[in-house]
Amino acid sequence: MVVGEQGRALNALTLPVAADSPSRRERQWSRYGAASVLTLGGLIVLAVSVGVAVTLGPADVSLVNVRDILLNHLGLAEIPVRVSEDAIVWQERLPRALVAAACGAGLGLCGAILQSLLRNPLADPFVLGVSSGASTGAVAVGMLGLGGSSLGLSGGAFLGALVAFGLVLLLARFASSGTSGVILAGVASTQLFSALTSLIMFAFADSDEARGVMFWLLGSLEGMRWNDVGLSTAVVGVGAIVCIASARSLDAFAFGEDVAASLGIPVARTRVLLLILTALLTATLVSIAGAVGFVGLVLPHAARLLFGQRHARVIPATIVLGAVFMVWVDAASRVAFAPTPLPVGVGTALVGVPVFVLLLLRRKGRA
Amino acid sequence: MTLKAQHVSWRRGGTLVVDGVTLQPAPGSTVGLLGPNGSGKSSLLRLLQGIAKPDSGTITLDDTDLALLRRREVAQTVASVTQHADTDVDIVVRDVVRLGRTPHRSPFGGELARDERIISEALEHVGLTAKADRLWHTLSGGERQRAHIARALAQEPRELLLDEPTNHLDIRHQLELLELVAALPVTAIVALHDLNLAAMFCDTVVVLQHGRVITAGPPAEVLTPELIADVYGVRAHVTRDDYTGRPTVTFQPGPPKGEVLRPLQASTSVRSA
Repeated sequence: MVVGEQGRALNALTLPVAADSPSRRERQWSRYGAASVLTLGGLIVLAVSVGVAVTLGPADVSLVNVRDILLNHLGLAEIPVRVSEDAIVWQERLPRALVAAACGAGLGLCGAILQSLLRNPLADPFVLGVSSGASTGAVAVGMLGLGGSSLGLSGGAFLGALVAFGLVLLLARFASSGTSGVILAGVASTQLFSALTSLIMFAFADSDEARGVMFWLLGSLEGMRWNDVGLSTAVVGVGAIVCIASARSLDAFAFGEDVAASLGIPVARTRVLLLILTALLTATLVSIAGAVGFVGLVLPHAARLLFGQRHARVIPATIVLGAVFMVWVDAASRVAFAPTPLPVGVGTALVGVPVFVLLLLRRKGRA
Repeated sequence: MTLKAQHVSWRRGGTLVVDGVTLQPAPGSTVGLLGPNGSGKSSLLRLLQGIAKPDSGTITLDDTDLALLRRREVAQTVASVTQHADTDVDIVVRDVVRLGRTPHRSPFGGELARDERIISEALEHVGLTAKADRLWHTLSGGERQRAHIARALAQEPRELLLDEPTNHLDIRHQLELLELVAALPVTAIVALHDLNLAAMFCDTVVVLQHGRVITAGPPAEVLTPELIADVYGVRAHVTRDDYTGRPTVTFQPGPPKGEVLRPLQASTSVRSA
């Protein structure tokens, strides 16, 4: 054995380090600085997007008027505006744009978490059977009249989503294998609840009812109110905080659960916590806005392509990208075939796929 | 003050894969786990790492039951490299090694200069400094293996568990890797297939068969033609290398002396007879 080799090895593992050297502070600052600047920039883009999106629609409202209306409602000014414009902006378009932002952020977040946790690039927020459970719940309430008027489509969808997710957890537990067990259980549950939904629609629905429910299932942000804004932003906010705190654990899942465990991650606890969190988040968003596809599948990939693989960046990036994306797609789907609205889920796929292809090409060019 | 196994047994899918194993490595020593495929080497390493819990017996770290420690506490002391740890994530080598710092950092704690230095040194140790910015999927099998070793080194372990770390490596990297492991001030438990590498670098070898410890001791005492015939079912010639003083194993074709050719399974009955 070469003595020099041994000495170097010993040094590597035992050298003491000065506690607060300047380079350490600098590095910390620069890393957080870069991430904060990006996040801040993203939030500004989001705010501008919401502002502009609100001006779009059959009734034109100028950006200046939007600003005046906002200032009035925030109690910062007393600018005279037309009552009809005020109603359109404050009661319809703004809450709608904000729910769109929350849905985009939340679904993107769930997708990012599930793709990492289940180590499957095709995972999306609906992989846990949540959306098909929600649709069964919604049709059960809407067509069979279960739960009476108190429950409503949203309530039914939320309960259905939880039942489906509960089934997934139960199946995955019986299967007792890791990530593939969860995915297989999700597939089984999705199929089961899709079949139940079809059965109910086939047996009980007339065509108008079916069309209404279908529209809702594809994702719709019609008639959003401020209470929807409050609920969706609250759950997305809580979800975002928990997920950003878990960023490092998610990084450690890259090489599978055994490696994560050997790196000190309490694998089972982390997995169950994040699965429950994403299921609750998805169930809430689906019950508000229907199953908006594509955002949760593709936006996390876009964030990774643009900002790298580390979750400390991927998570905030996905949240901001998802929110901005959804605001614009919703605005476009409102305006495109006006006065007939397009389900926002159709819009997300139509706009998102080309964007994603561009990103893939860019990546190929760089590699 | 080290990682110990006391009379541990583990039943996996109805088969007893680890059967009453006791292992008490001397601190700082390099211990080779030997034995044919399916003899329980990997399973024992899983137990020692605390990823699996034994059905009976205890694994202790510094005399505390491993099951009572938090995963993070274990990971600050014990690092491991398993087989077949792969990823589809587009991650660069340096970030793979950075994962090793996970147990030493809090969720919101920043990157420290010290972390960066440890990562660089770990890369240097396995000779991957020049490839630090390469993407994982562009690496060869041997480079991936070395990246995992660097990740384990970045964990600054006191106990290092390696499951066939020389797999996929060319001879030079096999030698360099084991030389490094033997030189590190850590207790290393290494599952190995190559008896000559075990003889060269291990202070102690432990021979497993059907989940049980058949024998243990310095390679020069343990690695005999009789043992090799018994455990592996092959004919071997063991000499002492004049230069290193370590045993050298040469294999010969055909069944072990005095035995007719028959399935490996039969060797147990010979031993217990």
